[in-house]
Amino acid sequence: MRSTKRKLYIGLMKTLMGIAVTLTCGLLIFLIIYVMFKGIPNITWELLSSKPSYLSDTIGILPDILNTLYLVISTLIIVLPLGVGAAVYLTEYARNKKFVAAIEYASETLSGIPSIIYGLVGMLFFCQFLGMKTSILAGAMTMVIMNLPTVIRTTQESLKTVPQSYRDGAFGLGAGKWRVIRTVVLPGCVDGVITGCILSVGRILGETAALLFTAGFAHALNGVIEGLTSSGATLTVALYVYAKEQGEFEVAFAIAAILMILTFLINLSANMVGSYYKKRRNI
Amino acid sequence: MKNKQKLFEDIVYGIFLILGLISVASVLLITIYLLISGIPAIKEIGLIKFMFGSTWKPTAASPEYGILPFILTSIYGTAGAIIIGVPIGFLTAVYVAKIAPPKVKRVIGNAVGLLAGIPSVVYGLVGMMVLVPGIKKIFNIADGASLLAAIIVLAVMILPSIIKVSVTALEAVPQEYEDASLSLGATPIETYFRVTVPAAKSGIAAAVVLGVGRAIGEAMAVMMVSGNVANMPSLFQSVRFLTTAVASEMSYAAGLQREALFSIALVLFLFIMLINATLNFFLKRSKED
Repeated sequence: MRSTKRKLYIGLMKTLMGIAVTLTCGLLIFLIIYVMFKGIPNITWELLSSKPSYLSDTIGILPDILNTLYLVISTLIIVLPLGVGAAVYLTEYARNKKFVAAIEYASETLSGIPSIIYGLVGMLFFCQFLGMKTSILAGAMTMVIMNLPTVIRTTQESLKTVPQSYRDGAFGLGAGKWRVIRTVVLPGCVDGVITGCILSVGRILGETAALLFTAGFAHALNGVIEGLTSSGATLTVALYVYAKEQGEFEVAFAIAAILMILTFLINLSANMVGSYYKKRRNI
Repeated sequence: MKNKQKLFEDIVYGIFLILGLISVASVLLITIYLLISGIPAIKEIGLIKFMFGSTWKPTAASPEYGILPFILTSIYGTAGAIIIGVPIGFLTAVYVAKIAPPKVKRVIGNAVGLLAGIPSVVYGLVGMMVLVPGIKKIFNIADGASLLAAIIVLAVMILPSIIKVSVTALEAVPQEYEDASLSLGATPIETYFRVTVPAAKSGIAAAVVLGVGRAIGEAMAVMMVSGNVANMPSLFQSVRFLTTAVASEMSYAAGLQREALFSIALVLFLFIMLINATLNFFLKRSKED
């Protein structure tokens, strides 16, 4: 016989869980519908293909799209070799346990530091000390430090799945350490690198606070070289400026909708890469 | 030939070693820069006056640099977000980890991933357009941009981290624990809440601490909904957090005011380091459990 008290407890917990799950999912559905409903009608070809003009009093986000692209690409070009190299060092070379622990502790610490602090230090170090001024490049360097832990972690995880026997076999055939790494270890961590890439792109797309002080908020339309060395707003920074400083909510919602769609695509591709490699491993 | 080969391998080793040390160097760089740029202003203003002064008026004729309002706002805001976010996240996690059928589990997992990926400015924008007017209307106050709005936005933003880490912790509890409880006559729900959850308590604690870290470090979303006036914290008033104090004045500040902003960042950094240490403590313990 179950006492009433037990029945009550079970019923209460079930109800509470139901409410919590409904809230979590409802929230997401509300966010998606609200942002899409408010944003999509404002996404026009004119908005996507022009720059802001005071003469005709129109707003275009092409410079912001290009800036985001420059930032993402330059960050990835720098962070990938650094992160993959660090991961290779940690799994293939490092023997001293304390040393490894120190490096791992450092990258955990990096992933916990708030972006506003990255922004400040990036501004002091890259923009002022190294003389990069407020530029996309300074922003990219800041993003490199921020995303380093992500790339190290995903690469490390996939390196651990390369069987030790592969390495032993290569060594047994007389290959040097570098040759083993180049021909056996690195090809085995492609999935980790791709996942790291995708996660980093997501983080860079969503970042604002760290970029406000390092990459600035100009809306000039620039080519690649010019773009890297001059100040420029990314999509998120542009959203912030339009919403908070200029009260242009229609443009802000249009950018928000674009960002939501990009977030969705990034999550989807991360999942697809994950399951593709999982399947291939199992065969 | 042999020597050449060895030299080459040594060079490669050296390169990888340097790459490995970059993250350590970055942490040192951040710490040193914050200390160097943050300490002078604290020295000039006086530690007690800086930390416990209740007025922030850097541009007044006799400027005052007290950051107690920011510290308290950050603490209250984080506490509020935890009070709202943790129960919802925790209960969702129990459902996802223990009860949900695989398909539902996958859908909720993707939903949580999406929530985690949405940029903070989008949360800020929605908060600005929905929450702020809503609060203004419901509570009948002059401006809805308030601590309450910031708390709700933060609660939503920490949900994904809390759910993800809690689910991992709950799934790591050995099946035998639950089997034993079930065979003693406990129902599944009783088992999950009275056996599984206590067994995963370190991991769940880690989830909460991670949420604290996220909430205290968030700048943009909070900046868009909290009104940004340096008041002492009160639920229905415009407030300023540690993060937003730095962000809002950085673009135009100069002299001692600018240096004081770096000091605020240093205080924030110390908070984060403390939170990280706590997080590591719980993560370690949950691994040992």
